[in-house]
Amino acid sequence: MTSMSASPSTHPSVHPGAGEPLLSVRDLRVTFQRQGQEPFEAVQGVSFDVRPGQTVGLVGESGCGKSVTSLAIMGLLPKHGNHVSGTVDYEGTNLLTLSDQEMRDKRGKDIAMVFQDPLSSLNPVVPIGIQVTEVLERHRGLSRKAATPVARDLLDRVGIPDPDRRLKDYPHQLSGGMRQRALIAIALACKPRLLIADEPTTALDVTIQAQILALLKELVQDTGTALVMITHDLGVIAGLCDEVNVLYGGRIVERGERHELFAQPRHPYTHGLLASIPRLDAPRGQRLQPIPGSVSDNLPWTHACAFAPRCSQPIEVCTQVMPELEEQHGRALRCHNPVEGHR
Amino acid sequence: MDNPLNPNRKKQRIDDLAATAGTGGGAGSVAVADLTVGDAGHIAESTGVSLIASAWSRLRRDPVFLLGAFITLAFVLLAIFSPLIAPHDPTAGLLLKEVRPQTNPIPGARPGYPFGADSSGRDIFSRLIVGSRQTLIVGVMATLFGFIGGLTLGTLAGAIGGWVDSVVMRVVDVMLSIPSLLLAFSVAAIAARPSQWTVIVAIATVQVPIFARLLRGSMLAQRGSDHVLAARALGVKPSAIVFRHMLPNSLSPVIVQATLVVASAIIDAAALSFLGLGNPDDRQPEWGQMLGKAQQYIYDHPALAIWPALCIIVVALGFTLMGESLREALDPKSRR
Ligand SMILES: Nc1ncnc2c1ncn2[C@@H]1O[C@H](COP(=O)(O)OP(=O)(O)O)[C@@H](O)[C@H]1O
Ligand SMILES: [Mg+2]
Repeated sequence: MTSMSASPSTHPSVHPGAGEPLLSVRDLRVTFQRQGQEPFEAVQGVSFDVRPGQTVGLVGESGCGKSVTSLAIMGLLPKHGNHVSGTVDYEGTNLLTLSDQEMRDKRGKDIAMVFQDPLSSLNPVVPIGIQVTEVLERHRGLSRKAATPVARDLLDRVGIPDPDRRLKDYPHQLSGGMRQRALIAIALACKPRLLIADEPTTALDVTIQAQILALLKELVQDTGTALVMITHDLGVIAGLCDEVNVLYGGRIVERGERHELFAQPRHPYTHGLLASIPRLDAPRGQRLQPIPGSVSDNLPWTHACAFAPRCSQPIEVCTQVMPELEEQHGRALRCHNPVEGHR
Repeated sequence: MDNPLNPNRKKQRIDDLAATAGTGGGAGSVAVADLTVGDAGHIAESTGVSLIASAWSRLRRDPVFLLGAFITLAFVLLAIFSPLIAPHDPTAGLLLKEVRPQTNPIPGARPGYPFGADSSGRDIFSRLIVGSRQTLIVGVMATLFGFIGGLTLGTLAGAIGGWVDSVVMRVVDVMLSIPSLLLAFSVAAIAARPSQWTVIVAIATVQVPIFARLLRGSMLAQRGSDHVLAARALGVKPSAIVFRHMLPNSLSPVIVQATLVVASAIIDAAALSFLGLGNPDDRQPEWGQMLGKAQQYIYDHPALAIWPALCIIVVALGFTLMGESLREALDPKSRR
């Protein structure tokens, strides 16, 4: 990998023939600054593209900056106490420069989001129906009366049985899976071109997880919505994503087409993530290999590879120089000593 | 009532109450039991128990709450139907002939007049019954105005934030730092002619900062909540965020506080009319005023003071017991 020609990390190569990106994130940085505390850079120059209709994964363990990245794209970070830089181009407009009002008009209409916890993401005192019609009234200018049948069809579309009755139900009257279905209905109500799903299945049961993923997959295929799938679970990525970005410590460490990445992970972190998933075809008696250590062991990216202390094959340079994100054939890798060969 | 001389304790208490909205999910409902689904592809019916439902199931078996609710209900019914219940006209000097200003100014108990009459020969029992109406009107109106005032200020502070928040909350803190009765006296004393309305306004003024601080606290908790973030992610307008998503979820501690406030409003109103800052017209019986008038006969006829005092205490206790057990039931921290 070291022999690879270095291209600037801020310009990932474009998939041949895949069209213009819908969303193009370049060198996104988010720094949290609390009074009396050291500034903390949660996202350190993340760049990726999402093409129309494409499903892009953002994977990494808890605390690596996935949610902060998505909130920064949506312009939903708190007004104070943080600084966002870089660009987030959506159809040629840099979202970071839009006014609050312009951004409000885009959210829910052009870009929508589904969050992790379906119960707390719904307003407990408002019936589901009103929560669906609210966004239709807001962005499609419908009256409450005109929006109600649309809301009913949406609930039906996401597989909620007896939608007429469910319109009048309160969130606590629905099961976890149904709540997440309702949230997906709300997010897709105005047919956004981009949907960001931040760990949409983490708070759900395993059986429900599969249903929700299948639903998301079906919906984005039917409507041509592009999906950014944020997860810590490679299993989610495996069934869903076209392209996968692996995040570590606020930076992308590896990117590739799903099959290639799974067949041949090159970053020791990706490799470790895959090795820590139970496999049915593994020889009997082979033990799972969790990645040792935790995020708290990270070195600062400025003069090292943050992953080095937990890496299975560190070399000397790993604790001295930050590896750059290098691109080749639509794959990107940030590693001094990548894993060789097939898995 | 809190110790009026300790504003910090008062603030602490208000903030604790506000915090219950943030964790509890507010007046609506939070699923306690989040059951899950059986077979894949099929969605089973599984309903969580709402906060209100679980609170109610506990309250129903809580003797303290039942006692408080019983007293409160009895008092409200009494106040509403008092003219029908009172055996005599509370304003007519029926025993005036029995009043001997020099020897015996207070006619004692006799058949038809269980508590006797006052110095104007009016039936005390009837006056106590009809007086409940004034007490209810003052208690409820003062609480209502205090609620409206606090709601406005608290919403302003919690929703807009920034310097508006700072200004409003400094004013509120200053008001909270003044002992509540002193503040009520000052407001009541400003009025040229004391009346029922000056009492209501004075007591409402005292309640405004309490409601404001409470509401602002729970609005702030709502502002950071997931469902508000989700609403913002849908591009919902700020006004709808405040009025549809934040405010309704912030109200439960405020409503609990309102029941407690009725109790202190009743006591404060009695205190004001006891001190002559209430309605001077004694043709409209009022417990605090009766208490005040009884002062001059306190050694020879203590019953004249005891009966209205007892009424005030029992009614205030009823509201307090009900409010406190409501608060406990709705507080997620106290859930068993
Ligand atoms: N509002 C905030 N203020 C300060 N630090 C934050 C804030 N939000 C997130 N962080 C920090 O940013 C890092 C990334 O968080 P996040 O994006 O939520 O992780 P995840 O990948 O699990 O979604 C974490 O270390 C977290 O502590
Ligand atoms: Mg997260």
